[in-house]
Amino acid sequence: MFPIVQFIQRAILQGTPLLFGSTGEILTEKSGNLNLGIPGIMYIGGICGVIGGFFYQSTAGIKLNPFLAIFIPLLCSLLGSFLASLLYCFLTVTLRANQNVTGLALTTFGVGFGNFFGGSLIKLVDSEVPSIALTKIAKIYKTTLPFADSLGWFGDLFLSYGFMVYLAVVLAIIVALVLKKTRIGLHLRAVGENPATADAAGINVTRYKYASTCLGGMIAGLGGLYYVMDYTNGVWSNNGFGDRGWLAIALVIFATWKPMIGILGSYLFGGLYILFNYIPVSMQTMPLIQMLPYVVTILVLVLVSIRKSRESQPPAALGLNYYREDR
Amino acid sequence: MKGAIAIELKHVTKRFGSVLANHDVSLQVRHGEILAILGENGSGKTTLMNMIAGIYYPDEGEIYIDGKPALIASPKDAFGYGIGMIHQHFKLVDVFTATENIILGIEDKTKYNLKEAADKVAAISEKYGFDIQPNKKIYDMSVSEKQTVEIVKVLYRGAEILILDEPTAVLTPQETEKLFAVLRRMRDDGKSIIIITHKMHEVLALSDRVAILRKGEYVDTVETADTNETVLTEMMVGQKVSLNIDRTEPKNPIDRLIVENLHMTNAEGIGVLNNISFTARSGEILGIAGIAGSGQRELLESIAGLCHLDGGRILYNDPKTEEQVNLRDKTPLQIRELGVRLSFVPEDRLGMGLAGNMDIIDNMMLRSYRRGHSIFLDRQKPKDLAEKIIEDLQVVTPSATTPVRRLSGGNVQKVLVGREISSSPSVLMAAYPVRGLDINSSYTIYRLLNEQKEHGVAVIFVGEDLDVLLELCDRILVIGGGTITGTVDARSTTKEEIGLLMTKTEGGVSHAK
Repeated sequence: MFPIVQFIQRAILQGTPLLFGSTGEILTEKSGNLNLGIPGIMYIGGICGVIGGFFYQSTAGIKLNPFLAIFIPLLCSLLGSFLASLLYCFLTVTLRANQNVTGLALTTFGVGFGNFFGGSLIKLVDSEVPSIALTKIAKIYKTTLPFADSLGWFGDLFLSYGFMVYLAVVLAIIVALVLKKTRIGLHLRAVGENPATADAAGINVTRYKYASTCLGGMIAGLGGLYYVMDYTNGVWSNNGFGDRGWLAIALVIFATWKPMIGILGSYLFGGLYILFNYIPVSMQTMPLIQMLPYVVTILVLVLVSIRKSRESQPPAALGLNYYREDR
Repeated sequence: MKGAIAIELKHVTKRFGSVLANHDVSLQVRHGEILAILGENGSGKTTLMNMIAGIYYPDEGEIYIDGKPALIASPKDAFGYGIGMIHQHFKLVDVFTATENIILGIEDKTKYNLKEAADKVAAISEKYGFDIQPNKKIYDMSVSEKQTVEIVKVLYRGAEILILDEPTAVLTPQETEKLFAVLRRMRDDGKSIIIITHKMHEVLALSDRVAILRKGEYVDTVETADTNETVLTEMMVGQKVSLNIDRTEPKNPIDRLIVENLHMTNAEGIGVLNNISFTARSGEILGIAGIAGSGQRELLESIAGLCHLDGGRILYNDPKTEEQVNLRDKTPLQIRELGVRLSFVPEDRLGMGLAGNMDIIDNMMLRSYRRGHSIFLDRQKPKDLAEKIIEDLQVVTPSATTPVRRLSGGNVQKVLVGREISSSPSVLMAAYPVRGLDINSSYTIYRLLNEQKEHGVAVIFVGEDLDVLLELCDRILVIGGGTITGTVDARSTTKEEIGLLMTKTEGGVSHAK
């Protein structure tokens, strides 16, 4: 029989980094900034958490304080992805550099940054395998809710995750509510749709762009942190994060810029990503199965353009830098 | 309050670089009146209003509101003084509802409540008789609905002084009537309304007083009741200035381009060209005069094969074969393959005419690239042409390989006109070819057009300066609201006659007050 509960559970675990990434990118894109640096920022978020965790674990010795074990990597991760997003904002908003070029450069930079410091740490511990393990911290990150083991399939499906899986969902819901139900959300959407109009209405376009891009980057960076601390049980290996950053950006399109759809989409993508483990395929066809999330994204793009629904379109000023026209 | 002065401008001057947009303008607007600002294109009406609305800041002079000096440095400041401007190009977010657009940017410490805001919008609409659905999305709205949203937007913020920049340009006559009724109701409510327009019948139908601007200078303010169309036109166009442009008599003109009953409607279903017919003859310059946006661009672009027409014919008499071909709905390439030598100098020089990032030689090739036979480019001929144009027209450029966007406006225009006449056209269309050019460059362009005329080319010249049209052209076609309102002989007509024809639109609004 097909292990349905296990499959869904694994899909959720696999989908969570994508959810962090897409929630962050949706928040960013709503301000009109197309941050293609998200994959790099997620790398930076991951490695910064690892660096923080590594130094905490090596100074604290055997007994770890659970609060600090969570807090230090989390803070380091947020700081790293904040600085990376700030760099992106400075280049695109203040200096008006091309968003695509800046984003792609940031991704290249982020991956290199992660691999460089990851490699340094691996050298530092003189490990036999090319990876670095923070198993103790990961164990704390993976603390599940009570009763997870005693409630059968219900516990497996809903209670068996570390706190970051729930955090991802909560953040997505918060972002959705802020965008839809608050004045800040209205102003932010106006900035992404028509910055000249927002400017004329007295909205500080630059401030909104900086704030949403930096916050979005920090949320996305948490996806990197989750990946190391929870998904891989605290094991950092260079290039291990793979193409998840790009999947997160594809997920933004799949979700038609709605964080709530992003929640379901991320689990769907997660499921498609691991599907090859559950159906009998040869090694040669495996990459074809892994391609499925992208195929689905293209299908969504086709469907959305056929339906011509204005609500499912990207923000109108996405990718365009704004500056007041002067005569 | 009614009758007291709401806003007063004293000696306001605004410069853009060396261009004087407004010079020493003094103006008063009272509570409970509609003031029309009348002037030709480029007379500085919009610039002046933008200073009141906080878009620009005056270089000299003061603005007083209710007798107290006011500092308006941003649109936000203007809102603070109760000034709201409805721009010609709407500032609305397409995917938002009317209400969302109206409350955009308001930070009034109250709870964010769309429903309450929608109720307030409905209340304002009822008070002044607007037809508005608060929850309708902007992209579902007609132009007139969008304009209503803009007006409600400024009223929602408590505006007492409303500025409307050519509000009727995009409206049908029925919608215009409705707008005027609303404006009169607002006036009766004690608000001050400033309306920028160059449609004479609207000035007479709506306003209490008229202020006239000409070339950035303030002319006068008159009571609408004490004046008439002729007086206003005279004040608007001013005295004739002699430019001393050489003009020769046309030599045996032949009908070259015959345009019959052109019709075109835009995406909103409004007719932009209505029943346009004219003939352009060889060896003659045909001028086209009209307020900007009366259909000149569409007319030229449809002849050049860039726009789709809904009706009519464009007949071209081939000077060699004496054959007639219909150019309607042909692409520019098809037109060229038919052997029609048509040259077009569009008003958007660096958008449609030339590629800004490419150098002069490569821009020459944009017209001749199909002549090459090898798969490699042959740059020699375009290079010779570029150098010839640089020498003949005295283009100031470091070299022929300089990107054209680095050249000054006049030199860009010389490159474009030079390229277009190098293909020895039989029809040459030029839209605003001297716009933004200094006086010397302008005369170079006039000389070039005259040379083409003497070579037997049928020249079509769309211009905005009436003095130039009167001295350069042989005949002048006047276009208003997409309709030809008259054809005059440039040698015998007057500025006033053209001015009256320009402001005459058919199916205009009734003069009832």
